[in-house]
Amino acid sequence: MIMNNITSADNNRRRASADRRNMDWYLDLLVRFLVFIGGISAIIFILGIFVFITSQGIGFLLDRFDIAEFFGSPLWRPTSEEHPTYGALALIVGTASITGFAMLVSVPFSLGAAIYIAEFAQGKVRETLKVLVELLAAIPSVVWGFIGLSIMNPFIIKLFNIPVGLNILNAGIILGLMAAPIMATIAEDALKAVPDTYREAAEAMGATRWQVISRVTLPSAKNGLMAAVLLGVGRGFGETMAVLMASGHSVNLPTSPFDSVRALTATIAAELGETAQGSEHYQALFTLGIFLFIVTFIINLTADIVVRGIRKGNI
Amino acid sequence: MVDHAQNRQTTGVPKIIVKDLMILYGNKTILRDVNLEIKENEIFGIIGPANSGKTSLLRALNRMDDMTAGMKVTGDIIFSGKRLQAWKNLYALRQRIGVVFPLPVGLPLSVFDNVALSPRLRGIRNQADLQVIVERCLRRAALWDEVKDRLHSLGSLLSGGQQQRLTIARALSQEPELLLLDEFSIAVDPVTTMRIEDVLKELRHELTIVLVTNLVQQARRLADRTAFFLKGECVEINETEKIFTRQAKDPRTMDYVEGRFG
Repeated sequence: MIMNNITSADNNRRRASADRRNMDWYLDLLVRFLVFIGGISAIIFILGIFVFITSQGIGFLLDRFDIAEFFGSPLWRPTSEEHPTYGALALIVGTASITGFAMLVSVPFSLGAAIYIAEFAQGKVRETLKVLVELLAAIPSVVWGFIGLSIMNPFIIKLFNIPVGLNILNAGIILGLMAAPIMATIAEDALKAVPDTYREAAEAMGATRWQVISRVTLPSAKNGLMAAVLLGVGRGFGETMAVLMASGHSVNLPTSPFDSVRALTATIAAELGETAQGSEHYQALFTLGIFLFIVTFIINLTADIVVRGIRKGNI
Repeated sequence: MVDHAQNRQTTGVPKIIVKDLMILYGNKTILRDVNLEIKENEIFGIIGPANSGKTSLLRALNRMDDMTAGMKVTGDIIFSGKRLQAWKNLYALRQRIGVVFPLPVGLPLSVFDNVALSPRLRGIRNQADLQVIVERCLRRAALWDEVKDRLHSLGSLLSGGQQQRLTIARALSQEPELLLLDEFSIAVDPVTTMRIEDVLKELRHELTIVLVTNLVQQARRLADRTAFFLKGECVEINETEKIFTRQAKDPRTMDYVEGRFG
């Protein structure tokens, strides 16, 4: 009886308001608009940043930029009185060698951690490890730099009997440890995305745990794993503070992992505060910024395309 | 259709003996007091409504319980004269038992690699040998004609029915003594189902098949003997013909096969 009353009242109201734009309709419009703004904000910011750094560096790019010098000369002497040179080769090699070394450290660590967490660990161990790995990713980079400076540095000096312990080895290890947690988290997600039915099917036919992982799980997840590595590379390229503190920060074409180098990012961070705004040196630093932006953009875009490959099921 | 039971020759040797089997998930009893024998070269049907413990029995036969958290099996299962729990190399045991799950699993490898996986795990490396095995298994699973031109495209991109036959081909590539089929036709159209059933009839000359099915008529078409499971209990094991011709021992079996419940 009560139900009937409610229903009939409801029906009456519906009939009365047959075609009117009510609150719900306007609220829907508003929310759609807000979400749309949020959605395209990323594009706006990316474009804005690109326009800003380009506008700051464009003067140098047009007047002074020499592609052979920038990519071919190791001489970065922006403060020279009579003849400043802007060769970024040493900086590019510095960043690349540190990143490369970091990958040597972080790829085995992160993949090992991801495989253990995703395939072997169970229950509490697994949850604890996941939280710990994510916690590791949250350590500020300056803390890592501090570790490089005050723990790794004397350790490397003693171990290898060399005068300075701030070098590619030090920065590479620090950066590798920094990148590993993020890579492990993404790699673990990729492994978790492999349906359990695949594992079960392989187990049922008598594959050992390792055979299941090596022949079924890893090949299935290889796009996600590649994306994880690429994002780690991107992180390595962009990292500034830890690299600045651990690398030795001297312009140098390295010949061994024990050489000090200087990274692109660290150069910008260290020099930008000392330049006059709009000066040639200032613009040259922004040109380095443009270069970094393009490189990380390409790395991230590649990672994204690779990940998209998984979602479509093209392996 | 119904008289082939007479033409069949099972050797009469028990391939599997299940004694006082009990399966628990945590504290919940899924299956209790199961005693049965499955003879060599027979198709042994298992029917019953959902949650009757059919799938759990299959998992226990393959010792998948070792991998399933919380699943506990007590009692004895004797496979080819040896207690399952006594196997020291679980993987070698599983290689002798093929399993087909309800939903097709096309591993994200090429069609060829899907079928070649098990031989490779056994250590067969020679490409020509693998080719022979793959073709034979795909032919027996009635899939060869449809995929012979795209052996190197992804198995996971085949249609559902083709993937199920791929799964069967993969199980056959193990050259198993025992084939466990768990509601294999759930994701397959009726025509393909009939083709797979024809394959199974051929296969029973070479191996022993346990067929869990929701379709009672499928058990009638294929099985030599059929067991009826209900709520974790094995109600009846009987000649398939008897179960379907109102000669079942238990009235609940009769009710189930005649569609009065479940």
